[in-house]
Amino acid sequence: MSLVFAGVCSHAPGITGRANMADAAVREPFYAAYRRLREQLLAARPDALIVIAAEHFANFFMNNMPSFAIGMADRYSGPIEDPAWLGIPRTSIPGDAALSQALIHEIMETVDVAFAEEWKCDHGIMVPLSFLTPGYDLPIVPVNINCQGPPLTPLHRAWAFGEALRRAADRVPRRLAVIGTGGISHWPATPDSGKINEAWDRELLDRWARNDKAALLSYSDADTYRDAGQGGFEIRTFISVAAAARGRGHLQHYAPIPIFAVGCTIATMDVAA
Amino acid sequence: MSLYQLQKFLYDINRDPTVQETHRADLPRLLDRYELTGEERSALEAGDVGLIYVLGANGQLLMHYAAFLGLSWPAYIEAMRAGVAKHGPVRAGVYAMTTQLNDKMAGV
Repeated sequence: MSLVFAGVCSHAPGITGRANMADAAVREPFYAAYRRLREQLLAARPDALIVIAAEHFANFFMNNMPSFAIGMADRYSGPIEDPAWLGIPRTSIPGDAALSQALIHEIMETVDVAFAEEWKCDHGIMVPLSFLTPGYDLPIVPVNINCQGPPLTPLHRAWAFGEALRRAADRVPRRLAVIGTGGISHWPATPDSGKINEAWDRELLDRWARNDKAALLSYSDADTYRDAGQGGFEIRTFISVAAAARGRGHLQHYAPIPIFAVGCTIATMDVAA
Repeated sequence: MSLYQLQKFLYDINRDPTVQETHRADLPRLLDRYELTGEERSALEAGDVGLIYVLGANGQLLMHYAAFLGLSWPAYIEAMRAGVAKHGPVRAGVYAMTTQLNDKMAGV
C-alpha cells in the first residue's frame, strides 16, 4: 500500500490551552475545520497515522539532538506538559513498533534517523490528535524534526526525509496517513506572541499547495527568522509532507488567531503517484 | 556553555516530576547540580522569569517552567516584558523580543 491521506495543521498549545481566551467567532470555524479534517482522515480508512511534528524539547535536548527521530513503540504517552495548562488530559496513545521499524529500515537507506522506543508527546502531537483522533484509537508513528535548537535540520533534508518516508510507505502493506504539524509564521512563548505575518503565511501556503520544491526550499533560516519568527522554522514539517505526498495542496482553513499565537491552518494534499 | 546549563535545568524540571519535587523541597541542592553563573543561579532562586528570558532561555523551555511556577499566560508574557525593561534586550538564542514594550499582539 502507500499513503492514503496527507495534510498539515497547526499545533500551537494555545489552541486547546487558551481556548476560552479566544473570540468564539474565529475559534469555532477553526475547530470546525479541524473536525472536517478528522472526517477526511477517517474516510481514507488509515491503519496508522504518521505525525511529523517539530522538536520542543520533549524528548531531546542539546546534549543529543537528532535531525530526525521516529518513535518505535507500541504505546506512547502525552501530553508531557501540565494537562491543565494544555487543556488536554494525560493519556496513552497506541503505536505500532513493527510498523515503525519497517518504515525506519527503509528510510535509513537514504536518510539517517534516530529511533526512540520511549516517546513523550508534547503539544506538537497532542493538539492535533485531540481533534483528529480524540479517542486515541488510531496507532501513530511519531516523527520529530529539529526545528528548534540550531543548527537546524536543513530544508532540503526535510524534503529528502519526506521522499524517504514515501518510499518506505510504498513498501509496507498498510494504509498510512501522514500529517505535518506546526507553523507557520509565529513568535511563540515570547512577548511577541500573537504576532502573525499573514502575507508570509499565504505565500508559503501557495508554494506548498503548488508543491513547488524549489520555492519551498528557497527560504534561508535568517530570512525565516526575520519574517516568520522562530516558529517559522517549523515549515520543515510542511516540506516533508509535500515531498511525501507529491500532489497538490488544498487550503481548507487559514485565519490568524493571536491568542493562539498562530495563523490557524488546516490543509490537505492529494497523494500523487 | 552556561546558558546550556540553565536550559538543561529547565529541560529537566519540565519533564521530570522528581526534579519538580526537589525544586519544592530543596532548591539550593537542586541548583548545585548545574554549573550556573551567579546571575543564572540567583534568577532561578528567585523564579525570575524575566531575567531568565533575557539570558536567552528558549521559550519552549521557559513557558513550561513559568507554568510550573504558577504564572498565568498573561503573567508569563508580562514577566518577559518586565525582564527586558529592567535588564535590556535578550542576550542570546532565537527568542528575542521584536515588538515594543507596550505592544500587546494578542491583547495580553
